[in-house]
Amino acid sequence: MAKMNMVQAINSAQDVMLERDDSVVIFGEDVGYFGGVFNCTEGLQKKYGEQRVFDTPIAEGGIIALAIGMGVNEMRPVAEIQFSDYIYPAFDQIVSEASRLRYRSGGEYWAPITIRTPCGGGIRGGQTHSQSPEGIFTHVSGVKSIMPSNPYDAKGLLISAIEDDDPTLFFEPKRLYNGPFFGDPKQASQGWDKHEKGEVPEGYYTVPIGKANTVRMGHDLTIITYGTMVHVSLAAAELSDYDVEVIDLRTLIPLDIDHIAESVCRTGRCIVVHEATKTGGFGAEILSQIQEECFWKLEAPIGRVAGWDIPYPHAFEWEYFPGQGRVLDAIKKVMEG
Amino acid sequence: MVPKSGKNLNIPSPRHRPGEEPEFDNLDIPNAGTVSRPDIMTDPKQMFDYANTVIRVLDMKNNALGEWDPKLSPDDMRKGLYDMLTTRIYDDRMQNMQRVGKMSFYMKSTGEEAVSVAQAMALDKKDMLFPSYRQQGLLISRGRDLLDMMNHCLSNSKDNCKGRQLPIMYTWRDGNLFSISGNLGTQFCQAVGWAVASAYKGEDAIAATWVGEGTTATSDFHHGMTFAAVYNAPVLLNVVNNQWAISSFQGFAGGEKATFASRAMGYGMPGLRVDGNDFLAVYAVTKWAADRARNGGGPTLIEHFTYRASAHSTSDDPSKYRPEDEYEVWPLGDPIERLKNYLIEIGEWSEERHKAAMEEINAMVIKKYKEAESFGTLNSGSRPEISSMFDDVFKEQPDNLRRQRQQLGV
Repeated sequence: MAKMNMVQAINSAQDVMLERDDSVVIFGEDVGYFGGVFNCTEGLQKKYGEQRVFDTPIAEGGIIALAIGMGVNEMRPVAEIQFSDYIYPAFDQIVSEASRLRYRSGGEYWAPITIRTPCGGGIRGGQTHSQSPEGIFTHVSGVKSIMPSNPYDAKGLLISAIEDDDPTLFFEPKRLYNGPFFGDPKQASQGWDKHEKGEVPEGYYTVPIGKANTVRMGHDLTIITYGTMVHVSLAAAELSDYDVEVIDLRTLIPLDIDHIAESVCRTGRCIVVHEATKTGGFGAEILSQIQEECFWKLEAPIGRVAGWDIPYPHAFEWEYFPGQGRVLDAIKKVMEG
Repeated sequence: MVPKSGKNLNIPSPRHRPGEEPEFDNLDIPNAGTVSRPDIMTDPKQMFDYANTVIRVLDMKNNALGEWDPKLSPDDMRKGLYDMLTTRIYDDRMQNMQRVGKMSFYMKSTGEEAVSVAQAMALDKKDMLFPSYRQQGLLISRGRDLLDMMNHCLSNSKDNCKGRQLPIMYTWRDGNLFSISGNLGTQFCQAVGWAVASAYKGEDAIAATWVGEGTTATSDFHHGMTFAAVYNAPVLLNVVNNQWAISSFQGFAGGEKATFASRAMGYGMPGLRVDGNDFLAVYAVTKWAADRARNGGGPTLIEHFTYRASAHSTSDDPSKYRPEDEYEVWPLGDPIERLKNYLIEIGEWSEERHKAAMEEINAMVIKKYKEAESFGTLNSGSRPEISSMFDDVFKEQPDNLRRQRQQLGV
């Protein structure tokens, strides 16, 4: 085991897979010699050479098209989209091509590609470096969506994604790269070195896609969340007077609804929490499935905490960000009416 | 509102509209055999002229002329002619069957048969093809059973796309032909990715891809061009300039300002502009580009200068937007007639043999079609299993799809 932050864990996953499998290549804007704007590919080009880790033109649609073509030719490309805010030029290639190729070809062709992309706010990135667009892609048939919340899961899930024969979107909450974040920017930042999930095996291991993880047991209420909001929710749970259970989804598609339903049917109350904007967000889907599965066990209306329905505002970042206070308010409302 | 007439605004307009007499006097087409053939490894900077001319071998008097003559054997030329004829007869039959309601949709490639058939012949069978929707000659030349193509178009129980795709959006893995998308241009840079992977693995196979001239306006086209140039991908990037994108003439893709082949210049790759109705010229140009790619010379952009003789698809009526007889005056003629007449001229074919070949193909197509119908059509007979519509979304069916399948009761 080694102490790793999330950047190092993501780097290590790619290192392990480059070592194990010649069909794995890594490319994206600035990922080669420079090692990526967040250092997630640092040192990999030097170790594996320019043909396996290389820079691309600034054209996200071209990057994903390149990955699809390589995937069809028996490779396992890992493409980085530098910020998830830049993913939209690749939308058609992800939605109409990568996600539908296996289906439309009757199973004759597929593209086992992994798309890594940093997401989320809290880094003073303004509206073009802070978005959480996962809900736009969870609506699409044929692509898996993953968002880890810690270094251990990040490495194990990324290896699973690279080995997966379906296209995967791997969202990396960049506010968590260097340490867990509890939602209060004034609080001194912590590293992953003191966190149990900062203990990461140096070699190969996997965390399964499609399996949620209960990170805090409780009896009164279940919080269902993912990414940065796992840590915000845990902090709120600690402050709360109630006994709160917290589920880290880890994978959004395929959704582990059985895991969610087991918990919510037991506690009878729940809140869905995400950083992305509220209307039409993935939380709405979770909420809808919960009422399908647990309606007669629910003791109170389901709560929802999300970003406001506005672009991510630079100067009002912390008014936008759904911090502990908003989660605590939701807990109170669901518990007390 | 009064119509605006700002003098500095250009809205392109084709030379002729319905009811007008078409002519193509404005086209600057050199005589066959007059364009030189450069060495395959020539520096693109020395090749600007090849993008601004029309490379031709067959003249209109049935002679094969000049350095680009590929000197094909009579057997190869007869195969080309036979495959082009098969493509045309197949198209006609399938369009007719669409008209009587046997399938939802069809698109013919009439007038453009030389592009796909000659190119398939000039490439190796291991080379990967990323076509658009008007290159059915690729499948026919590579020997796909017409029965399989028909089964797909009829969405019947033998459709290898399992009833999921519009007719003519073929997939054929055994023939190294990619799944046709339907969204324009998306395959252009994917072909580059395939070629990059081939180069990465040190393999000899190259990729080829096709778009229409209208699709050169998309970002995908420029992605393909940029990535191919940057990574020196062994790929042939084809633009089939058939003059029309549904009802929009090539001027709306910028074709009045510069040739489509000349787009290559800005990327530092060769651009070749070829008479797309000249089987021998298309073959020669394709062979040149394939040899160059296999030799480490990287990508080539090829503009096939041709004319879409039929409608865009069964969903549009071209007499609403262009003169009905425009194709009759197309100065580069018909690809099948030109190769046929050349073969007759050199004593390797005859009107009788041509007639017999047509009858043979006709009978074969009718027989195949009857057999295909016995496996069902979109509206009658057997379809693929309904439950199969939940398969292949992912490699393994996730729980939510299993539950939805159960909900449908299949």
